[in-house]
Amino acid sequence: MDKSLTTPVSGPAISGPAGSRLQTGPQGKRPRKVLSSRNIIVYGALGLAAIYYLIPLYVMVVTSLKGMPEIRLGNIFSPPMEITFEPWVKAWAEACTGLNCDGLSRGFWNSVRITVPSVIVSIAIASVNGYALANWRFKGSEIFFTILIVGAFIPYQVMIYPIVIVLRELGLYGSLYGLILVHSIFGMPIQTLLFRNYFVSLPEELFKAARIDGAGFWQIYFRIMLPMSLPIFVVSMILQTTGIWNDFLFGVVFTRPDTYPMTVQLNNIVNSVQGVKEYNVNMAATLLTGAVPLIVYFVSGRLFVRGIAAGAVKG
Amino acid sequence: MAAHTQPGRPNQLFRNLNSKIASIPMMLTAVVIFLGGTIWTVVYSFTNSKLLPRLSFVGLEQYERLWDTPRWIVSIQNLATYGCLSLIFSLTIGFLLAALMDQKIRFENTFRTIFLYPFALSFIVTGLVWQWILNPEFGVQSVVRSLGWTSFTFDPLYNSDIVIYGILIAALWQGTGLVMCLMLAGLRGIDEDIWKAARVDGIPMWKTYLFIIIPMMRPVFVTTLVIIASGIVRIYDLVVAQTSGGPGIASDVPAKYVYDYMFFAQNLGQGFAASTMMLLAVAIIIVPWAYLEFGGRKRG
Repeated sequence: MDKSLTTPVSGPAISGPAGSRLQTGPQGKRPRKVLSSRNIIVYGALGLAAIYYLIPLYVMVVTSLKGMPEIRLGNIFSPPMEITFEPWVKAWAEACTGLNCDGLSRGFWNSVRITVPSVIVSIAIASVNGYALANWRFKGSEIFFTILIVGAFIPYQVMIYPIVIVLRELGLYGSLYGLILVHSIFGMPIQTLLFRNYFVSLPEELFKAARIDGAGFWQIYFRIMLPMSLPIFVVSMILQTTGIWNDFLFGVVFTRPDTYPMTVQLNNIVNSVQGVKEYNVNMAATLLTGAVPLIVYFVSGRLFVRGIAAGAVKG
Repeated sequence: MAAHTQPGRPNQLFRNLNSKIASIPMMLTAVVIFLGGTIWTVVYSFTNSKLLPRLSFVGLEQYERLWDTPRWIVSIQNLATYGCLSLIFSLTIGFLLAALMDQKIRFENTFRTIFLYPFALSFIVTGLVWQWILNPEFGVQSVVRSLGWTSFTFDPLYNSDIVIYGILIAALWQGTGLVMCLMLAGLRGIDEDIWKAARVDGIPMWKTYLFIIIPMMRPVFVTTLVIIASGIVRIYDLVVAQTSGGPGIASDVPAKYVYDYMFFAQNLGQGFAASTMMLLAVAIIIVPWAYLEFGGRKRG
């Protein structure tokens, strides 16, 4: 999987200015012209597409740095004449949802308190599950796994109400613990699949050698499998962090207004009907909410791609 | 399982005990939540539960009422339109982008980063950005008008006839990067010799793609299709953020219908019936695929 995604080294034919190479005499492949019609079409199309994908980000940034008078006058694509950070401050600390006027910061910290434990719990469970499924199969384990994978395709709406009842019985409905549990449950299929496929791909001799040396289930997990599977842990952390941070449905169903995650609060701020619409504050708030997954994405780079590819295409 | 323990052999149940203990969360999730929860919802969809779930069966009444509700019909129509177009466009655009990326281009990583970053963002963020860009007072419409074309009209979010296309634009922006990545991985998996053979035979590039490469990539297309399709049925956050189902009910979707009936209208039976219909829609997509994929040969 990883191999097929890595960039092929671009041949010497394309790299470097073709002209200078011609003068040194004919060596290697014949260089292609940089401005061939093929290149113009390929790069032109990719460039246009890139602009389409970048415009919303650009509009968000630009709008969030303008004052309201300028927004009313100008168009949304023009860069700000006067850069102001006031919308950002306002979005973070003053924007109102309902009666609370302490801005998105509340939602941010709620989201942190939801995401961090959810990621840890779900990965801990899923990695042990995947390990058991890969190396310690027992009668029926594959059946449970199949149910789990098929369950990943069931629309959440089908299972939400039964979960509400279960959480209410457990006394967790409306609390952050309840939401953490829900995230761990719904992260399980894809995470278990990820870990199972990774552990299956490790050489079996390793496991057998440890068994002969007398190591047990947990010993092999902690002393052999865990240290060897750091990359897959990082991949699944990336997946879970962005996934849980971006969740809206579970947040809105399983928490109360004072524990709403950031996405829910953002939606309430922007789509609230009362008051004058402050588009610059809205866009600053939107950017703030998108910042965490974006940072994770830009920092992780290829690992993110690997994660979604591994999660999507079954190994 | 533990019924017949033979003398001298340890109890079956206790073999591999640690593994079984470690799998308890998975078993509970699979059986109680996924299987149990689904069955529970389907069973209760045949009752007339209102504020609280009650086991008083009324047969198919909830379903009859569901299909008599204009709002449900609208949301199904929206889902059908959105679903078909979204499938066609995201597969086409995703494949075209992947094919372009596969031309041994420079800056491949940069382009990939740009195409995929929207996928890292939530549907809420996506919906709010596009709500702003498509805002008729300030967004695309006003910009084009200020350039001199004063009769230009493009207000998908305020026109109930085309509102679903406004949502489609945002959804494609968010999701095509993923399709591109999957397709690119598929293209990279194609043997280089195929290309060489096609070139030797003098087959033009577009023909090679259309008649050789795409048929070879059938599994990738099928997997991508299933992923996109099951995402389509779920669409909820994007609509909530971008239009809140408006104007009126013009951009309602089944997932929103379910949520509103369960948690606002306090008509649980309707919510359960509607969510069972969603389940049915997913089953229609998944079952043939699972049968094709796993039915014939058994995999470990």
